[in-house]
Amino acid sequence: MGSLLSPHSPQTQSIESLFLLVLTIAAVVFLVVAAGVVWAIVRYRWRGGDGEPHQRFGSRTVEITWTVVPLLIVTGLFIMTVRAMVFIDAPQNSSREPDLVVTGHQWWWEARYPNGAETAADIHIPASRRLLVRIESADVVHDFWAPELARKMDAVPGRSSYIWLEAAEPGTYLGTCSEFCGADHAWMRFRLIAEPEHAFEAWLTRQAQPPPQVTGLAAQGEQLFHSKKCADCHATGGVGAPLTKGPSLAHLVDRQQLGGGIAQNTPENLALWLTSPQAAKPGNRMPGTSLTAGEAQALLAYLEALR
Amino acid sequence: MSGAAAWFCAIDHKRTGILYLFSSLLFFLAGGLEAMVMRAQLAAPNLKLITSETYDQMFSMHGTTMIFLVAMPVLTGFGVYLVPLMIGANDTAFPRLGALSFWLQFFGGVLLYLSFATGGAPDAGWFSYAPLTEKPFAPGTGLDYWALALLLVVAGSIGAAINLIVTIATSRAQGMAMRLVPLFVWMTLVTSVMILFALPALGAALVLLLSDRMLHAHFFDPTHGGSPLLWQHYFWIFGHPEVYIVVLPAFGMISEIIPVFSRKPIFGYPFMATSTLAIAFLSYGVWVHHMFAVALGRNFIAVFSAASMLIAVPTGVKIFGWIATMWGGAVRFTTAMMFAIAFLLEFTIGGLSGVAFATVPVDWQLTDTYFVVAHIHYVLFGGTVFALFAAAYYWFPKMSGRMMDETLGRWNFWLVVIGFNTAFFVQHFLGLMGMTRRIYTYPDFPGWGALNLISTIGAGILVFGVFLFGANLAMSLFFGSLAGDDPWNAWTLEWSVSSPPTLQNFAQAPVVRSRRPLWDLKHPEAPDEIHV
Repeated sequence: MGSLLSPHSPQTQSIESLFLLVLTIAAVVFLVVAAGVVWAIVRYRWRGGDGEPHQRFGSRTVEITWTVVPLLIVTGLFIMTVRAMVFIDAPQNSSREPDLVVTGHQWWWEARYPNGAETAADIHIPASRRLLVRIESADVVHDFWAPELARKMDAVPGRSSYIWLEAAEPGTYLGTCSEFCGADHAWMRFRLIAEPEHAFEAWLTRQAQPPPQVTGLAAQGEQLFHSKKCADCHATGGVGAPLTKGPSLAHLVDRQQLGGGIAQNTPENLALWLTSPQAAKPGNRMPGTSLTAGEAQALLAYLEALR
Repeated sequence: MSGAAAWFCAIDHKRTGILYLFSSLLFFLAGGLEAMVMRAQLAAPNLKLITSETYDQMFSMHGTTMIFLVAMPVLTGFGVYLVPLMIGANDTAFPRLGALSFWLQFFGGVLLYLSFATGGAPDAGWFSYAPLTEKPFAPGTGLDYWALALLLVVAGSIGAAINLIVTIATSRAQGMAMRLVPLFVWMTLVTSVMILFALPALGAALVLLLSDRMLHAHFFDPTHGGSPLLWQHYFWIFGHPEVYIVVLPAFGMISEIIPVFSRKPIFGYPFMATSTLAIAFLSYGVWVHHMFAVALGRNFIAVFSAASMLIAVPTGVKIFGWIATMWGGAVRFTTAMMFAIAFLLEFTIGGLSGVAFATVPVDWQLTDTYFVVAHIHYVLFGGTVFALFAAAYYWFPKMSGRMMDETLGRWNFWLVVIGFNTAFFVQHFLGLMGMTRRIYTYPDFPGWGALNLISTIGAGILVFGVFLFGANLAMSLFFGSLAGDDPWNAWTLEWSVSSPPTLQNFAQAPVVRSRRPLWDLKHPEAPDEIHV
């Protein structure tokens, strides 16, 4: 998981500098307070005797000073805050089509591109380009957060919200849902894969192609995929009508992790998903399956052929 | 009446106050246990000690318990007990309302905990964001218990607030003008007024939520034209004033304790009192800083950012005032004073980290991370609970007639300070490293496991420190040395009556001429002039 302190976009860099400013101010104020307390403890500790110290009730000058100085500090901070907000925030009512639409589901992320391509969990983006991303939710409130690349943005059902998403250089950046959204909130992680423009375009074209013709064991798997009703919820590629109950399984083999980060994408872990989804990710929305070992193998072969 | 019946039927403000304190202590143990279950589960990456469902119930119950069944009632309890004594009254204005308010509050808590026995506790967090709380996403009964229990707590809190407001307005001793009341009384008054304006918003939201869940209304359901954001606005317009509701009375306690153990009057009483009003006023204009991560429009958000920053100013005035009170004094290091001094530093950390959330873009990164968990615990534990420890050591002799043990008190203090900071300081780093809140487990990211383990160990030390407090309380109740009327050589009216006070409080109605009536009695040669 990346950090606020490892920014990889102009927007998050500006947040980091603002944070460092707040941290510096806070450290100075804390040192002043701590010095005042320590001096009181050391210098003015009771050293015996019954007499009372001089009774001082206050000082208007001192009190006004420690009201006005903090006021000036927060005024300056407020100005910096608004400037950074203007720089970071995307327009919320732009007529421009978004470059990417990200939708939060219990408990996975769906990503949809202008050409109709769809993916889940591993979201590819072109590096060095500022993308307008629309954030939505299919059910409850989620929050899309990749700390190295962008501010977090709540995904509120019934609303569209926009952020700028930009990766200054190619790389893989981790993200997660940041608003509590139910049982599997902990496993709603995603990866943003920033690639050079041409590699991204190639990926996007490939992603938009219809699912391949399969043969042999994989063809049996394809039949099961329909007869066992997997196809009611999961897309397998192409730009057809969107299926949004479950994540798209197109190019599943390319993804590194399963179930929002709960397991590595290995054939064994995938097989566990097929035969016992609740064991693979307790609480998730996938209904139980009733597959024989042979059927699971066939489905596995089909999913591996979806590339 | 004697024994238990005397407590059940009690209407004397001192008994009601002690009932509040005792029930808060019970619920504090429950909330602490829930916290320890969470810390155990988080001690290492990918642990499976409990399921995510159980974990969600734990943090929902922990937050709800600590806010509604511990922080609010314990402060109300101190207010109900101390306010009449401090203003020279023999009881609150409405003793029966006072008792009713306690029992509403208490049975609200009991009802909340019954949810465990009836199919599961609430699991949508203390903030219960819609639509996760709507029937399709939360079909169990936990949230119904949550909403109904909190409605009782809301009613009880409002009743107690009305009782305290009327008492302070009408029952003050002869000569005690509003500019002469002890600061604890002043801050309790401001808090009670805040309760009157904040809690009804929560009550209304709870009724709407119950309507959604039981009558198929759709107030918060976006699929039928409802608005999830409506809940957030309702909740936080209550929720942020709530933070000050559970902090201001603690400020009042510190404002009583630091002067007595520094042997000097509070520095700048008028600034202290006015800054409380400023905090109360501003606290109604900051709630949206809990919603900065929602796209609400830049100008709208900027207003709330400004108010959230401004509120740091009157809070700073208080911190500086307390330090200036110690300067030039003769500071006595009783356990009560040590907790008060530690409060100054811990609360300052919590206040300063709060400024980070008013700085909107920083909030866009840090909200809903462990940085917030650290922040709220520095405010509510390092602030409120430290002040409560100080208050317990300070006023226990008045309530029981016996002193608490100072040696055990030292152990209690140092274990709590070390445990608290170990548990929570590292959570700032976890938040900066990207660890979000309310996750029941986490992958083995570099550093996360180690920092979480440190936090869990700190929590264990903290539990031990709190346990010593309980032991000290129980032992001192029976074996503590006798306190006498005025063990601290203090200045406010509660120290002029016997310890514990008689049922009647004041045999003779006191007459007040300054902010420190007992100082005037003890120093007839140099009585306080009134410094407006």
